Amino acid sequence: MGDSQGYAYDGGMALKITGVVDPALLDLPWSVPLETWPQDTLAALPRGISRHVVRFVRFHGRVLAVKETVSPMAHREFDMLRELGRMGAPCVVPFAVVDGRQDADGEELAAALVTEHLQFSLPYRALFSQALRDDTLDRLIDALAVLLVRLHLLGFYWGDVSLSNALFRRDAEAFSAYLVDAETGDLHHALTEGQRRYDIDLARTNIIGEMFDLQAAEELDNAVDPLELGDRIEERYRELWSALTGKETFSENVRYHLAERVKALNELGFDVAELDMTQTSDGKELSIRPKVVDAGHHSRRLLRLTGLDVQENQARRLLNDLDEFRAVFSPDEDEVLVAHEWLARVFEPTVRAVPREFRRKLEPAQVFHEVLDHRWFLAEKRPDVTMPEAAASYVKNVLPERPDEEAVLGQIIGTVPSDESEAPTETRAIRAWQSLPRTRTGTQARDNHPR
Amino acid sequence: MATVTYDKASRIYPGTERPAVDALELDIADGEFLVLVGPSGCGKSTSLRMLAGLEDIDAGSIWVGDRDVTHVQPKDRDIAMVFQSYALYPHMTVADNMGFALKIAKVDKSEIRERVEAAAKILDLTEYLDRKPKALSGGQRQRVAMGRAIVRQPQVFLMDEPLSNLDAKLRVQTRTQIAALQRRLGTTTVYVTHDQVEALTMGDRIAVLKDGLLQQVGSPRDMYDAPANVFVAGFIGSPAMNIGTYSVNGDFAQIGNSQVALSRQALAGLKAEDNNRVVVGFRPESLDRVAPNSDGAFPIQVDVVEELGSDAYVYGSIPTDAPGAGEIHFDAGDSEVIVRIDPRDVPKKGDSVWVKIREGEQHVFSSASGDRLSAAVQTDKAL
Repeated sequence: MGDSQGYAYDGGMALKITGVVDPALLDLPWSVPLETWPQDTLAALPRGISRHVVRFVRFHGRVLAVKETVSPMAHREFDMLRELGRMGAPCVVPFAVVDGRQDADGEELAAALVTEHLQFSLPYRALFSQALRDDTLDRLIDALAVLLVRLHLLGFYWGDVSLSNALFRRDAEAFSAYLVDAETGDLHHALTEGQRRYDIDLARTNIIGEMFDLQAAEELDNAVDPLELGDRIEERYRELWSALTGKETFSENVRYHLAERVKALNELGFDVAELDMTQTSDGKELSIRPKVVDAGHHSRRLLRLTGLDVQENQARRLLNDLDEFRAVFSPDEDEVLVAHEWLARVFEPTVRAVPREFRRKLEPAQVFHEVLDHRWFLAEKRPDVTMPEAAASYVKNVLPERPDEEAVLGQIIGTVPSDESEAPTETRAIRAWQSLPRTRTGTQARDNHPR
Repeated sequence: MATVTYDKASRIYPGTERPAVDALELDIADGEFLVLVGPSGCGKSTSLRMLAGLEDIDAGSIWVGDRDVTHVQPKDRDIAMVFQSYALYPHMTVADNMGFALKIAKVDKSEIRERVEAAAKILDLTEYLDRKPKALSGGQRQRVAMGRAIVRQPQVFLMDEPLSNLDAKLRVQTRTQIAALQRRLGTTTVYVTHDQVEALTMGDRIAVLKDGLLQQVGSPRDMYDAPANVFVAGFIGSPAMNIGTYSVNGDFAQIGNSQVALSRQALAGLKAEDNNRVVVGFRPESLDRVAPNSDGAFPIQVDVVEELGSDAYVYGSIPTDAPGAGEIHFDAGDSEVIVRIDPRDVPKKGDSVWVKIREGEQHVFSSASGDRLSAAVQTDKAL
């Protein structure tokens, strides 16, 4: 029967929640358009101008992102994110889809996709209101290149690659990027060359656009060339893709070359799960090509040894310290036993040295990484600085100046200026901690918000 | 601007046997708005992505103008995918939002301004060029995003279900705007949708696909008046055409207890493999109410009447107590028939109304092949 008007819906529609089992989700004001949700529900305003209405919501001690969209799209993206998560892709975790919303007059409201906010993640714009290290931008773009390669290896065509559609977590010296918006994406058995190239080209265009925008907002120095940054993602992507999937042919010493290739991949943070080896037709040479590679080489090893679940570069840093500890204290002891010892004697005392009020600033593994850096810095002036000394100095001299990054997108709204500003929210959210009573530096005063 | 030619182009996904797109042959004229339409999994998006360079072409070729683009990378095809992303940059002016891709391509500054101004004129955005996107309405922001594609002056625009994330009301508005804009620009456009109403209202021509195979290509009027087979007949039109399989007695189809005369042309096309059965289709507006037991008329038992103000539709069934009438079956899975009736003379549930298919408005198809046997129907229904 065709579309009907009038008689088909006499009983009204029922609110329907698909996904997480948490009845408290029903308490959110679903009968009100997201745009007008009460401020006491919200954690922060959305960022920039989006295709959809997006809000960050406080929910039982955590922060959820709510996006309004049409129902089939919400379900599609929910399923896609769940599937990507199952495959081990770095992406936000889908929480629920809310369907069948109606306002007080019975008017139909858009469906909502709810995702969990990733703790300690930062939108790229938030990093521009902090004192920027010279290479921050490069590190962000490198992180996005790694994310794109990982998604492509899994067969995910993104369709809208940009810094805005990812979130970044500090990962030792580097950043790790996470997929936030999967709306335009598709999962395939394997991607075609055209799909990969199109994604890279989109990434390049979007990054350049984002940099032009930062320059227009006077948040990025005009001396930075957006086109160079755009080219960087293309280069990084190609380098990593060919290291991970390229074919090499050897005529002698094959065992050695094979071991070297695996080692190089491990150093890039990947394990080789399957390898194709083919003899050339004359039988004199052998070609090797990694067929299946899994990200997380170091984080898996650290997890196995210590139970710590941290990001790849943090794991690499922690493992280095663990290996050093083992070499110095008990070179002949079993690795797992030494790891327990290191955990109890080095790692835990260091992260516990951080007072409770500073624990929202950085993740424990990141704190450990920074204390190691700090010890190195102190050692330039005085040799033999112990970890407890380094930790104490770090907590006293460095950490108080660091922002709370646990939930940048979840800063309390009451502490930011209430007047309409053009600046995207994450920058405004950052102001929440910037306006805390403490010394302002020149870089922090650079922001251009109305006061 | 350019023509687009699919020359027996196929896409076969690795590990599958049946092509997702099977030897597609399609000539799209310069400046034409062609809509690819069909149910989910028919190959319409894959066909579009083959043209965009996102899907490999495993057999055959695709041409843009006189250039074979089969193995050309997406960004070198001079084709623009529209609406993939319309997040705008908040700190840049509307003009910069529209022109920044040209800046990347190192186009001369004065030429960028020229192209942006030309696009803004077409999009009614001239007075907003130096403003920020925040000052624009939702619809205007969407036009800025269109502007980004327009300033690149591509040979072909591609749109893959661009309205799917809009609510029903905005979808209708935007579809009119896109169609009008395309006509003003005159740029060859290939548009994918699953919605046949969208296809009928927007396209110069429509290509219907099913299971990777092109079923028919033609103007909206062709598709409506002369669907090439049973699938197209059922797919195009809303409410859908009534379609049933009936036995043939001499020159007549046995519909319910009634004998309905078949056209000479349809009868001539019947073959042995049709087994004396025929598929007859008639649109809801092709029926006249007549006196009971008139020649060639059949009764409809009224289940529901739907009144839409200007129109009214009866949803009912054909009583089947005569021998042979039991063979009636409709594609919809039941024996429901839809009839458009005069909204000032509406029957009640349970009533019986007698109707007759208007002269020349039968769509007759082979029951064996599903192919059309009768001539085109001439109706005056506005599409």
